[in-house]
Amino acid sequence: MFDTKKVREDFPILSRKVNGQTLVYLDNAATSQKPIQVIDAISQYYKEYNANIHRGLHTLSEEATIAYEDVREKIAKFIGARETNSVIFTRNTTEAINLVAHSWGRHNILPGDQIVLSAMEHHSNLVPWQMLAKDRQANLAFIELTADGQLDMESAKKVIGSPRTKLVCINHMSNALGTINPVAEIAKLARSQGATVLIDAAQSVPHLPTSVQEIDCDFLAFSFHKMLGPTGVGVLWGKPELLEAMPPFLGGGDMISAVWRDRATYNELPWKFEAGTPNIADVIASGVAIDYLQNLGMENVRAHEIELTEYALKKFTTLNDVVIYGPPNAKDRGGVISFNFAQVHPHDLGQILNESGIAIRAGHHCCQPLMRDLNVSGTARASFYIYNTKEEVDLLMAALEEANKVMGHVAFR
Amino acid sequence: MSLSDDLYRETILDHYHHPRNQGVIEHPTVKVEGVNPLCGDEVTLYINVNNKTIDDVKIHGKGCSINTASGSIMSDLIKGKSVEEASKTIELFKSMMLTKGVEVEIPEELEDLECLQGVKKYPVRIKCALLPWNTLAEGLKTAETKAGQFVHFETNGDHELGRVVVNGG
Repeated sequence: MFDTKKVREDFPILSRKVNGQTLVYLDNAATSQKPIQVIDAISQYYKEYNANIHRGLHTLSEEATIAYEDVREKIAKFIGARETNSVIFTRNTTEAINLVAHSWGRHNILPGDQIVLSAMEHHSNLVPWQMLAKDRQANLAFIELTADGQLDMESAKKVIGSPRTKLVCINHMSNALGTINPVAEIAKLARSQGATVLIDAAQSVPHLPTSVQEIDCDFLAFSFHKMLGPTGVGVLWGKPELLEAMPPFLGGGDMISAVWRDRATYNELPWKFEAGTPNIADVIASGVAIDYLQNLGMENVRAHEIELTEYALKKFTTLNDVVIYGPPNAKDRGGVISFNFAQVHPHDLGQILNESGIAIRAGHHCCQPLMRDLNVSGTARASFYIYNTKEEVDLLMAALEEANKVMGHVAFR
Repeated sequence: MSLSDDLYRETILDHYHHPRNQGVIEHPTVKVEGVNPLCGDEVTLYINVNNKTIDDVKIHGKGCSINTASGSIMSDLIKGKSVEEASKTIELFKSMMLTKGVEVEIPEELEDLECLQGVKKYPVRIKCALLPWNTLAEGLKTAETKAGQFVHFETNGDHELGRVVVNGG
């Protein structure tokens, strides 16, 4: 296990004051904070070797190209992918999913086909499929949830078992409930129907050891800003044979091989899908984020979060009038605790906690259909990462007590 | 000034815990449902208008403290008022919430609005306070021309996002 105190020293923002209090950052499912090593990597690029990649014959361009392409290799290893050319850079998870919807979807989904999702998808793994289904006259079908916010596997078998199932798109870890989904099992069900599988891994890759080979999916999407990296870098991993067969997503420079007035031939993988100058500085800094996580060890990251989540769940049970969403056991969930407390509206809670310097998320978490199923307008959500501590969980509890006082409820006993 | 002095003032908490004019009217002149889809706040207003006067108003909603208190205070202030007076109050409240920098003068008979001045310091909450008032404005507009209508509209506080007139009965 790593030393959280030492880890915290690498994150300058954690010593910042908010409303006179030291920041307690518990909104990691939205975006993580960045260590100094990542921040420095960005300025180092701009100070020392800023150049466009893949085209210059000068030293700066060569250095930048090597640094950029090295990150692709690191990512492939980090997610257990065999081929480096199966890693494609996008802006974020959302763009990676849209890439598949546009490029693979519009050429493979036929009228009457079924696209299977779950009832706990983020809007980014729902709306692109709604758009595709409308465009292709296909249907969406949903795997329902159990009462404690896990995938109902009977429902999964039934829905995926339809002969029209062509594509299954499931999140690995729910941003709203914290639930870790049995994606390998889902992929196996999908495969027995000959369906293609996309995993929205935005919440899982930053927090769990992940292997695309173990999951045996066709596509996996995630982004770096939730895993210590800068904003603006997403990844689509895809099986090379699928990516090869797909038409380009965006057209422009870098994605071409040769261009005439009336036509063009396209570059090989992965550049076929990377039109235009990419986010070079932030990709390079993302490589440093991977180094940082690998130094800690993803098994340790997971163990740290299980410990914190167990501690927090136990603390929450000392509160009266609290509803926790998602699985009761910390081992079935990531470091995400979604709750409602003392009938205080989540927005009021978020505002009052902010007075104590505590940052949580309040609202629908980009999961409006799930909130409707839960019959709530929203939830408050505390989410942990490598730098969070039990002391911070205690501060959260104290601030909740304060919120209860401000709002005039008596929920504590 | 602490948050409780600023935002969660006593009057606001009183209206939040004991919202006035809660309920429904069976056959209102107009029923308007205002929704802010971004935060999930919902307000349904039932309004009876006779001889250009708001005879009765009932409010039914699901939202945060600011939203609930603002709707409660509003319902108290407009009940029994002429449509014209109510419309002026809406304009006054909106300018109070949306005018940057200056405190808007509140006439004595509307002093209950005063407690919502503090919301201005928290820009993300302004839309919460505005939803009931935007919903009322929509209702009064509809009541003038199409009595018996049920209107559903969506707003993010600044702009109307969508609008459906559901039926004529």
